[in-house]
Amino acid sequence: MSRILTYEEKNTWIHGLSGVTKFLFFLVWSIVSMLTYDTRVLAVMLLLSFVIFKVSKTSWKQVGTVFKFILLFLVLNLLAVFLFSPNQGTAIYGTRTVLVPLVGRYSITKEQLFYEFNIMLKYFTVIPAVLMFIVTTNPSEFAASLNKVGVSYKISYAIAIALRYVPDVQSDFTKIKHAQEARGIEMSKKASLMERIKNMSAILFPLIFSSMDRIDVVSNAMELRGFGKNKRRTWYAGKKLTGKDYAVMIATVLFAVAALVITFYDGNRFYNPFQ
Amino acid sequence: MNKKFGIKEVVAMGIGTALFVVLTNVQIPLGFIPNTALQTRAAVLAFFTAVFGPIVGAVIGFAGHALGDAVFYGSVWWSWVVPEAVFAIIVGIFSKKYAIKEGEFGTKQIIIFNVVQVIANAVAWIIVAPVLDILIYAEPRNKVFVQGVSAFVANIIVVGVLGTILAVAYSKVGAKSSSLQKED
Repeated sequence: MSRILTYEEKNTWIHGLSGVTKFLFFLVWSIVSMLTYDTRVLAVMLLLSFVIFKVSKTSWKQVGTVFKFILLFLVLNLLAVFLFSPNQGTAIYGTRTVLVPLVGRYSITKEQLFYEFNIMLKYFTVIPAVLMFIVTTNPSEFAASLNKVGVSYKISYAIAIALRYVPDVQSDFTKIKHAQEARGIEMSKKASLMERIKNMSAILFPLIFSSMDRIDVVSNAMELRGFGKNKRRTWYAGKKLTGKDYAVMIATVLFAVAALVITFYDGNRFYNPFQ
Repeated sequence: MNKKFGIKEVVAMGIGTALFVVLTNVQIPLGFIPNTALQTRAAVLAFFTAVFGPIVGAVIGFAGHALGDAVFYGSVWWSWVVPEAVFAIIVGIFSKKYAIKEGEFGTKQIIIFNVVQVIANAVAWIIVAPVLDILIYAEPRNKVFVQGVSAFVANIIVVGVLGTILAVAYSKVGAKSSSLQKED
């Protein structure tokens, strides 16, 4: 299992979409799921997410490790919300139905459970969109299409470089870490905090200075090839927006408008089943 | 060619973002408080911003945080992505004052750098992040402020120690602009 999400070439309908379309979808999708606390909207989004997941033929092997990590994160967050504010649900929904009385203000109420259930739904609706975007979008194609829709090509190129160099920097990091560990540098809890910061810098310094060198090498190479000389440039991996890209974009925007109208129809972003 | 935003800045944005993403998972566990760790990437962001200025820093912070969260955690917590860029912009505005590339990052510059980073961290993590958490995610007030304050404390330690040493070391590598001496 890969520990970090990466793009994987596959032949599906979603892979065929332009990177920009998927990026727009991802942005709109996460904004809607950020804004809404409406359980009905969230439930529909969750269902759609699963459909997208199936259509993109994403396998468990690609996302499993990351997914387990997210679950751990989610549980911790839900516990923290309860610990800090066991009556947030009551404050939002205006009623208080105690299910299990515990010590002091820590009683499990129906409202709190419902509120935390909504937080959980929010998490689950965003995850597939992010995973889908990362595993189905070719980085070079994405940078090229960003430029096609009007983002300055310098910014597009910076993003292309970032995506291109993540694996390289990662392997640099691993090499340096192994080398320093072979020299006997302790990174685990056995060392004291100051010691650990000092040891971390033994890895960080070579990594950052080699990256600074890399910046010089890459920018010299780009300068030699005349980068930035003209106002426009052509892209090898560029892809034109097709009919289905426009269809997906329009559908996404329509969905977002509908979702927000339903959410805010009754004046606030919470769906209240208790009144 | 626009001097202010040249090829080097474009590449620095790219490689800086890549570094930031890779270091997302490189943390120093504090040990005594569960689930808090020193984020080494904060030091890298401060360093790159101090060297290359606010625009490069803001892009590294924003893109790096969003991308790093996406590939490692599978979800993007926007209310914590934005403060990263805010932090970079504040630190970056004063980047000329640190004179790291000129090789003059001495005691006075170290003090300026650290005062600015404490203010920037405070604005980003004690004000912007919790407020966005409440506005966007409707999370409980006390929870988000406790999280914000612990992020603030962790980050000023990381940037203050690692960030400062990095800047000093890099400044020594580069040539001093005033290192030429008149021959007798």
